[in-house]
Amino acid sequence: MNACRLPGFAYWTYMVNLISHTPGLDPMLPRPFRVARAIRETADVVTLELEAPAGPPLRFDPGQFTMLYVFGVGEVPISISGDARKPERLVHTIRSVGLATEALCMLRKGGVVGVRGPFGSRWPMEQARGGDVVVVAGGIGLPPLRPVIYHILHHRKDYGRVYLLYGARTPSDLLFTEELKRWQHTLSHAPGASPVLVTVDRAEGSWDGAVGMVTSLIPNLRLDPAHTTAMIVGPEVMMRFTIAELRKRGIPEARLYLSVERNMKCAVGFCGRCQLGLQFVCKDGPVFAFSQVRNWMTQKEV
Amino acid sequence: MSKTSLEHYLAEHPFFHGLRPKDIEWLAGLAQPLAYEVGDYLYHEGDESRDFYVIQEGLVRLEVHTPGRGYLTIQTLGPGEVLGWSVMMPETRKTFDARIFQATRLLAFDAAAVRKRSEEDHHLGYELCKRFSRVIGERLQATRLRLLDLYGQPH
Repeated sequence: MNACRLPGFAYWTYMVNLISHTPGLDPMLPRPFRVARAIRETADVVTLELEAPAGPPLRFDPGQFTMLYVFGVGEVPISISGDARKPERLVHTIRSVGLATEALCMLRKGGVVGVRGPFGSRWPMEQARGGDVVVVAGGIGLPPLRPVIYHILHHRKDYGRVYLLYGARTPSDLLFTEELKRWQHTLSHAPGASPVLVTVDRAEGSWDGAVGMVTSLIPNLRLDPAHTTAMIVGPEVMMRFTIAELRKRGIPEARLYLSVERNMKCAVGFCGRCQLGLQFVCKDGPVFAFSQVRNWMTQKEV
Repeated sequence: MSKTSLEHYLAEHPFFHGLRPKDIEWLAGLAQPLAYEVGDYLYHEGDESRDFYVIQEGLVRLEVHTPGRGYLTIQTLGPGEVLGWSVMMPETRKTFDARIFQATRLLAFDAAAVRKRSEEDHHLGYELCKRFSRVIGERLQATRLRLLDLYGQPH
């Protein structure tokens, strides 16, 4: 590999000086937040609504994440899944996959969690204005995209046709099912349109929707491809195939955005744990234009 | 749908797009518009493959019945999708049930007529084989991705 370039000493000195000389800015210090509400979404997914007992609410933009610290257990990066217009309730939707996320999913009302952030880049809500929007979520990829849907709903007239394509493992793994039903109407651009398209990998029993890959929903969308922006979150294999399908539809590469997940520790570009090629996922991402990460997505062990 | 608008629909459809005008005209003459209600069966497992279909509206489920578990859904197919890729092979039988899940309008194309014309006109036959190969490839790719269980718990 020849393209790796670690930040030099001057960069570290600059960052250390910036932090130590800026009053109130210590991105490594968690702020305690209290759990106002814990909602069990599925067997392994919980939504936590957090409130700051003291100090101002934590303002964020769609796409950003925080580091959530369960005291004595560990700290993990989690995308914010709430409404940026309602920062007084800081909302995260968490899947239990390891020690820290399992501990987060066990928290109940009144529990305390440490919060650092918000960190990271934003979804291109401004660039997408005036055109059509395709939001593609796979599995636990829906929560980082929910702030996008809220933003569009608050500014519905600024966007053209909007589609949310959502793929999950089984019907019982579907998140935010009540909201999905509401969005079928509120996101609609015309009477009779179906902006929310849900598909599952496997279905038994009473499921009355589609069964198949989320990519199979793309060929028949009614879009103005040249003026369509796509925002994608899911397992990387799913994102690669989704991008290929969107490109087949003629959506320009420059209008494809995705959120990338890597192990993070510091979240401020210090530790290099989340480095992806020339980028740090924590500060240059997690939202990237596809062109920024295209060459790295097919590199193994990167 | 008039014959002219049917020809236009087929010429624009991704499956038929690029075929010679005389082939589009012939296929438009062959196409039989059909409508089905929820709960109807398009065909059953074991039926002879008599037609292939282009779904214009609605949702069709490919199902298999398993004792003790009821009907299992293999896949659903919606507007624009092509159903019945096995028609290019003679004497094949359907391997799954196709049940109408949302009221469906589709075009049916007689398989024997398509095969006969393809034997007489290898250019058309080759073009159709390429198009059905693409359908088979897409189904295979989707099946492989679902086998990966991408949304499952990391191990």
